[in-house]
Amino acid sequence: MISRKDLSLLILIIVVGTVVAIINPRFLSPINLSNTANLIGLFGIFAVAQAFVIISGGIELSVGSIIALLGVLFIDLVAAGSLSPGLAFLVVLGLGCLIGLLHGFLVARVGLQPFVVTLCGLLIYRGIARYYTEDATAGFPFGASFPTLEWLVAGRLYGIPHSLIAFLLITAVMGVVLHRSVYGRHLFAVGKSEEAARYSGINTTRVVITAYVICCALTAVAAVFIAMYTRSISPSSHGNFYELYAIAAAVLGGCSLRGGEGSILGVVLGTVLLQVLQNLVNLLGIPSSLNFAVMGSVILIGVLADQQFSKRKAG
Amino acid sequence: MQQPYLEVVGISKSYPGVRALSNVNFSVRKGEVVGLVGENGAGKSTLMKILGGVTEPSSGTIRLDGRDLARLTVAESMRGGIAFVHQELNLFENLTVAANIFIGREPRRGGPLRLVDDGELNRRAQPLLRQLGADFSADTPVAVLSLAQMQLVEIAKALSLNARLIIMDEPTSSLTASETERLIAVIARLKSEGVSVVLISHRLAEIERAADRVVVLRDGKCVGELDKAAIHAETMIRMMIGRDLKTLYRVPAQPPGDTVLQLDGVRTSYRPEQPVSLDVRQGEILGLAGLVGSGRTELARAIFGLDPLKGGEIRIAGAPAAITSPRVAIGHGLYLIPEDRKRSGLLLDFPIRSNVTLASMDAHSRYGLVDRRAEEVSAEEQRRSLDIRTPTVAVKAGALSGGNQQKVVLAKWLSMAPKILVFDEPTRGVDVGAKNEIYGLMRALSDRGVGILMISSDMEEVIGISDRVAVMHEGRIAGFLGRDELSESAILSLAVGRLAA
Repeated sequence: MISRKDLSLLILIIVVGTVVAIINPRFLSPINLSNTANLIGLFGIFAVAQAFVIISGGIELSVGSIIALLGVLFIDLVAAGSLSPGLAFLVVLGLGCLIGLLHGFLVARVGLQPFVVTLCGLLIYRGIARYYTEDATAGFPFGASFPTLEWLVAGRLYGIPHSLIAFLLITAVMGVVLHRSVYGRHLFAVGKSEEAARYSGINTTRVVITAYVICCALTAVAAVFIAMYTRSISPSSHGNFYELYAIAAAVLGGCSLRGGEGSILGVVLGTVLLQVLQNLVNLLGIPSSLNFAVMGSVILIGVLADQQFSKRKAG
Repeated sequence: MQQPYLEVVGISKSYPGVRALSNVNFSVRKGEVVGLVGENGAGKSTLMKILGGVTEPSSGTIRLDGRDLARLTVAESMRGGIAFVHQELNLFENLTVAANIFIGREPRRGGPLRLVDDGELNRRAQPLLRQLGADFSADTPVAVLSLAQMQLVEIAKALSLNARLIIMDEPTSSLTASETERLIAVIARLKSEGVSVVLISHRLAEIERAADRVVVLRDGKCVGELDKAAIHAETMIRMMIGRDLKTLYRVPAQPPGDTVLQLDGVRTSYRPEQPVSLDVRQGEILGLAGLVGSGRTELARAIFGLDPLKGGEIRIAGAPAAITSPRVAIGHGLYLIPEDRKRSGLLLDFPIRSNVTLASMDAHSRYGLVDRRAEEVSAEEQRRSLDIRTPTVAVKAGALSGGNQQKVVLAKWLSMAPKILVFDEPTRGVDVGAKNEIYGLMRALSDRGVGILMISSDMEEVIGISDRVAVMHEGRIAGFLGRDELSESAILSLAVGRLAA
């Protein structure tokens, strides 16, 4: 079943898409669609990740820095040949889980505010990434090639980028976790009212920690895809502001920053809308420096419209 | 006879599909205390909203100081001297008493800098507090005040606005007996100074004592008006519900069985120096009375594993139980129906169905996935057996009335075969009819062998339904009273620390 919110988001995407397609038919060209799909896949993975933490009532600001740090590590491990790509992926995934565990522990057990914990994470991981590479761009040596790895994460199947396929698979699994599993039910309960959840015997600490672990683990997956997409990482700028894309997608998709609200479908649609907007800026010849301004305005208008609509419904 | 200060004549208010008020007449004279009683949904709040200028009546006249008006605006209501003290207080806990009283009207100094003149603020607030007999000063932070003291701040704020009529909505629902006494004294003081009071309360005993006149509403109609001499709780109840309330107490089906819950020298972090020992037997309702602050809720929290024990032992069915979290308590079949059901008992945005199954997801899931059919079945079963009034169990819990919400909290635990139930203020904010149903359910449960520990500040309730009562005073058990020893004075004298006679 599709909610009213998700439906209006879908309509908005179709309207914006149609307008862009009419003004510039290149929007619908296979190459543009395929590129946009790739970006949706890359950004969607960590947007879904973010949604779990937001629904728990928290926020994860270190997404971009995690993507930089783990991306640098992954490329370094693979390029140096010290680990096979598969093993390197597992190492990066494990590190993602550890970071999530640490954040979750500090938030749920120690009782620090999520904003503060993950803001520190944002600074720390970025710093480590830059120190690790001595601020140099990390990349593969000239001529090095890893055909299997490249095909897996950056390849295409009938023109559909694998990143999008991975995103859809992850979304399907995470949709079941969020909307059908006992864990998902507990997560919504904790996000809505931690106290009521505790009074019902839910282990709220574990629920919150798990949310951060899921978030950071999925972000690690995204980090690998993004690293292989860009192929070279300059640690001071790679992934900058990505946490904000993720939060924006989640909020557009109906997640409340107060926690306890949101849907996977909404986050997917939110991601799609953001990427279509990006694309719009490029295709309509709007100066790309206005990129953020366009996105910010659309989000603001969307949230305002939604609020007016719900107010009228309530009143 | 002096002319009423405020009079509403033939007021009606219809909402789509509901007639909230029909042809109600209501008047208040200067310096008069009018009790306004009625079940939830009888139209009390609608009437008050009309007086506050929040809602516009569909027809009728409001006569304020002899002027006829079709409706009041909020500003007119305030200018006319009408002030409200709501059940939920609207104070800024991070500010001082004086700052709260004069919020938005702070005396200024420093010219263009517009600094707050704190000295003047306190000087202005102090006489208002003295007038009410407050035992705290104007520069006290509100956060450290008790609920009763905060109420005085609200009243002082009303007085600072030159209120001539103060409407108090359930002012005593969270107060202890002695605090209630003091509030009644404050009301008498206001009256002697010519301020009128409308007292809305479910607690009829204090209406009996404080009111000069009582207006009874039922189904949006004024069903009776009682003069001072005619104000009796039984009369009011009969008018409110249109039938006689059966005596509350229901005799248990069988004598109490084995002890299910035993506290042996339990110390809580609230008052670690006071060990508490008591036992609850199968099929028994043990009332836990005491003043607010006597440590009853803290004891309940410790039993349920929300706060760590500082010493002593909890035994369940004879075996020691280390209850370190609500999960462990629930595992032992010990459940808590908390005092603040909107915050702790329910997820108001969740459907009834999910609230019922929230604590028992294991029984309503397979391979970690929620079994929605099983949820629906359980919730439906509880809806029928508890008579939760709702079209479907997909309705959000927040949309239900207080009594039905409490039934949902109960349903959550009843679907899990309770052994021990701890009720903290089971009928707070619940109307008379639903109260009776909840009492019936409690007895039915105890007759099935459940041991019940009931914390209550409502004397009628404690005396009405307990088989036995433990009275707490400053963190310790001051004494136990058997069914035949129960009386208001016996409980009160233990609660205030006098030894049992």
